Amino acid sequence: MTVNKIGLLEIRWHGRGGQGAVTSAELLAQAAIDEGKYAQAFPAFGPERRGAPVVAFDRIDSQSPIRVRAEIREPDVVIVLDPTLLHVVRVTAGLKNNGILVINSRKNFEEIEKDFGSNWKLALVDATKIAYEILGLPIVNTTMLGALLKVVGVVKIESLFKPINERFGHIAEKNINAVKKAFEETVVKE
Amino acid sequence: MGERIGIEVSLAIAEAAKMANVDVIAAYPITPQTHIVEHLAELVASGEMDAEYILAESEHSAMSACLGSSAVGARTFTATAGQGLELMHEVLYVASAMRLPVVMAVANRALSSPLNVWGDQSDLMAVRDTGWIQIICENGQEAFDHTLCAFRIAEDQRVLLPVMIHTDGFYLTHVVEPIEFPKQDEVDRFLPPYQYPLPLDPDKPVTMGAFAPPILYSEAKKAQEVNIRASKKIILDHWAEFGKAFGRHYHPIEQYRTEGSKTLLMTLGSFGETAMTAVDKMRNEGKDVGLLKLRLWRPFPFEELRQAVGNAEVLIVVDRALSFGGPGGPAYSEVRSALYSKKKRPRIVGFIGGLGGRDITVAEFEGMVKRGVEMVKAGSEQEFEMFGVRE
Repeated sequence: MTVNKIGLLEIRWHGRGGQGAVTSAELLAQAAIDEGKYAQAFPAFGPERRGAPVVAFDRIDSQSPIRVRAEIREPDVVIVLDPTLLHVVRVTAGLKNNGILVINSRKNFEEIEKDFGSNWKLALVDATKIAYEILGLPIVNTTMLGALLKVVGVVKIESLFKPINERFGHIAEKNINAVKKAFEETVVKE
Repeated sequence: MGERIGIEVSLAIAEAAKMANVDVIAAYPITPQTHIVEHLAELVASGEMDAEYILAESEHSAMSACLGSSAVGARTFTATAGQGLELMHEVLYVASAMRLPVVMAVANRALSSPLNVWGDQSDLMAVRDTGWIQIICENGQEAFDHTLCAFRIAEDQRVLLPVMIHTDGFYLTHVVEPIEFPKQDEVDRFLPPYQYPLPLDPDKPVTMGAFAPPILYSEAKKAQEVNIRASKKIILDHWAEFGKAFGRHYHPIEQYRTEGSKTLLMTLGSFGETAMTAVDKMRNEGKDVGLLKLRLWRPFPFEELRQAVGNAEVLIVVDRALSFGGPGGPAYSEVRSALYSKKKRPRIVGFIGGLGGRDITVAEFEGMVKRGVEMVKAGSEQEFEMFGVRE
């Protein structure tokens, strides 16, 4: 199920201010860097407001230093943390044909494809349910890292543990469990 | 060697100040610099860093406090951006004229109005003539390295000048990327303790920066000018020492694929990396395009620029700032002036872009080169062009 893409992989995260999209992008880049890869993580620049739609980005390259400093306009992967964004923001904007779309949703493939077409490799997970169960909160940013890794093997799942531990302290273990659970439960349509 | 860490560039700059054993930080937070001083405040509060942290009520006060702490012989660091740098403006001249080796990180940002917190180099250009040594960084590693080097340069008793380290706001400050951290003992070997020759001391009173009537002021300014010009050689020596110690080598003008280039592009700061990618693409298509990156903005590297330009026929300078009603972008007009006395000099085209956080993409850099060469071929007399602006 994993795609081991060699060369540059560009990822765009969609969330709402306060949901941790930027944190997830950073954790992923730190995991990649710890594996000896090259990576950048950055928010869409500027002031942010809690609850407003936000985006964050990752560039990861297993071979060469990354030498572009500009927002990602044509991502390989789009990750949507908040299902309520699906009809607020055009989340597939610029997503490459045959790109990967990872969505936190209770819906099934048919329902999502009805709205977004089938140009993408689609991965779905009910991350809100997992987050409630494990963290007791609807904060799905770490959960969605697990979903991402199910469909793109861009880093090893274990490589996330160190950055998560450093970032979350006493609640790190719960977040790691959420990552693992999402990795198990994410369904991918080829 | 040390460790390769994935870290936000702002935090890496703060960690560099910590590794430099800074004694005093006086600062006021402002976007996009805030993460630097916020992290330093955390380090001081948690006891990881043994320093005084002065949360000033404004940037003007922050820089004023820096003058005092540097003058008593304390290693002093601050950081600011955009409007904050402007509010410091008058005090910046005092720091350089009083020969106080304050080190300041600047997260380069646009200036109001309209309000814009994004990356831009208008703030950098507005403080050009303040007498500070000014170094421009291209990526996070450079921001870390040059913060360390800045203390060694500033505090060298042949220099004793304040140093600004310019790092593009957001484009660098807010990016997590891999940065090599040296070990503390390696930094300690590279950076000797700060010893100010004539510190403020109640037991041995001195007067600093007092008063100069017309009969003295010109001489004081001449001394300052001689001093900053002479600092260039010392800056290069310290960068060479840094290269020996840490394996990363820095030059006043960095050159990328310039060998035999008839056309040269020139950038300042973080856009250099995107421009490198554009140059690679154009080279692969058989175009003889190279890139110059201006690192040392003050003192200006005249000889190095003339050498780096070589026999190029077209030089395209990209500024991220405007001089309203003036001769084009500030870097463009300085480069043009520096090359005027060269017998064989290239045609020089200026573009202004990337204002207020607008990206310049790889394709747009290619477009600039194409447009610049066309302008020269057409014998255009136009001074400069704002690139990609809707009219």
